[in-house]
Amino acid sequence: MDFSTFLIQCLNALQYGLLLFLVASGLTLIFGIMGVINLAHGSFYMMGAYMAYALAPIVASTFGGGFFSTLLVGVVLAVLLGYVLEWAFFSFLYEREHLQQVLMTYGLILVFEEMRSLLVGDEVHGVEVPAFLSGTLPLGEMMTYPVYRLFISGVCLALALGMYVVFTRTRLGMMIRAGSANREMVQSLGVDIKFLYRVVFAAGMAIAVLAGMVAAPVSSVYPGMGDTVLIICFVVVVIGGIGSIRGALLAALLIGVVDTFGKVLLPQAAGVLVYVLMALILLWKPDGLFKAA
Amino acid sequence: MNTRFVFVGACFVLLALFPLVSGSYGIDFVTKIMVYAIFALSLELLVGATGLICFGQAAFFGIGAYAAVLLSPQSDSPSLLWLLPACVAAAAAYALVVGSLSLRTKGVYFIMVTLAFAQMAYYVVHDTPLGGGTDGIYMMMKPVLGKLLDLDKAASLYGFTLACLLLVFGGLGVLNRSRFGRALAGIRVNEQRMRATGFSTYPYKLAAFTVSGGIAGLAGFLFAVKDGFVNPEMMSWHLSGAVLIMIILGGIGHLRGALIGAFAFALLQELFKSEAIFGAFAKHWHLGLGLSIIASVVFLPRGLVGLPQQIRARLLGAKNTGGATP
Repeated sequence: MDFSTFLIQCLNALQYGLLLFLVASGLTLIFGIMGVINLAHGSFYMMGAYMAYALAPIVASTFGGGFFSTLLVGVVLAVLLGYVLEWAFFSFLYEREHLQQVLMTYGLILVFEEMRSLLVGDEVHGVEVPAFLSGTLPLGEMMTYPVYRLFISGVCLALALGMYVVFTRTRLGMMIRAGSANREMVQSLGVDIKFLYRVVFAAGMAIAVLAGMVAAPVSSVYPGMGDTVLIICFVVVVIGGIGSIRGALLAALLIGVVDTFGKVLLPQAAGVLVYVLMALILLWKPDGLFKAA
Repeated sequence: MNTRFVFVGACFVLLALFPLVSGSYGIDFVTKIMVYAIFALSLELLVGATGLICFGQAAFFGIGAYAAVLLSPQSDSPSLLWLLPACVAAAAAYALVVGSLSLRTKGVYFIMVTLAFAQMAYYVVHDTPLGGGTDGIYMMMKPVLGKLLDLDKAASLYGFTLACLLLVFGGLGVLNRSRFGRALAGIRVNEQRMRATGFSTYPYKLAAFTVSGGIAGLAGFLFAVKDGFVNPEMMSWHLSGAVLIMIILGGIGHLRGALIGAFAFALLQELFKSEAIFGAFAKHWHLGLGLSIIASVVFLPRGLVGLPQQIRARLLGAKNTGGATP
């Protein structure tokens, strides 16, 4: 492996890791703050990818098109849907045991998969990279790197930074953090905790949908894609420490590296490597790298 | 207490009499359900008796099944006498390894770690040529027990599966009432207190996990023999989820819950798949299944086992003790 190939794989690892982080952050947020294990989180990612495929022509014909308007419409839809889903299904689950959360969100996965099948069918689709992001950048003497992958990394980094700012620097972030520590106390101080939860859920969902939309041109769009992402995100969350955003970021980048280089260096064992990594880390730290307080 | 025994006894008598009235389709279908019931019982030992929510049970099921096919000779019928113990041991051995690692974690970590270990096993059979990769492999010759039992015959397999189910059900019933079972119950209710009273809880949990893995391996063995075919989907997390749903649907904390749950789940699945009832929509049977799972969470928090009690409470106008609404 020469240096340019190495560099390209590093960039791929970064892009994959950041994307994983984005999806996993919603998973760990919803668990860390509301205490709900959301198996359907992978389905949100899948919804995003299918939106990128199915919404683009609709948006193009109504608003005159544009990649960014499709993203915007997708995010708005996701927020609305997240708000309704939280109200209809997830608000039931806060007081329930983990087991019942697992059960209900598993039921939701089946429902979402079939809704997808009914609405857009079961075919595998490709999504085109928008024209203005379709170029490549020269890298070394022989190699080039697609601009779109850098764009994905950029979007993920911007969102991660945005989340960090919201959480640590704003009043909303303060209330969310307080709400996760002590729900009753925050409520008695006059904060509408139900509304706050709904906002967090909708935001977590919107981020997963956005991740799916942005990733669609690279990963293509296929049935069951949510499952794959969900399980890997579980691994991210477990390695990082449940509820810890910092941990999720580190774990996602680690998995990005292991998975990307595993596929190049040890293609036969690529699928297993991530889980071996998880087993090793848990041997060393059973509560993950950063245990949330 | 007595009605329970009568109910379970009646179930087993009905199962024993079923082949007399049924055609080959029915026998095959009920054999499948009984295998799922054994599988569900294995998880009930963890979730119901010990309070450990394992989301990777399909791995042990799949390992039992793959062992059955991989250990069988190509050109000769294997003997049940060594093949069955070997399959159970293979699954139990993997459970011992997974358990020793994942039991270091607790709660949600445990759920996710068991899931991830199951995925690990899934990718091993999925990505390597060992078990035929994604295509899976066929079992050429079905196991026999000398001249006594030939599992190639559907009726023999039915009888053998029923005997296994009875054995597992009875065995777990005895286990739950034993000193070991009481210790597991103690761990479920309050692990801290168990430790304070001088129990080292880890070996108990590990033993339960290993036994559970072995029973799941037995179910996997039976499934492989029934279909004569294994593929990686037997280890997929969907199956781990499905078996978890069976025991929740039936009612956690009761052995008969696993039995009822396996039947209810399989029948629901069959109902929604039925083209006679749902026509072209039967293709989307997951939708109906998913919606009924959601409904069962909302309306049956204690599972089908708790249903009579819930109805009684409703009829008597007493406070609904089901706790269906928060």
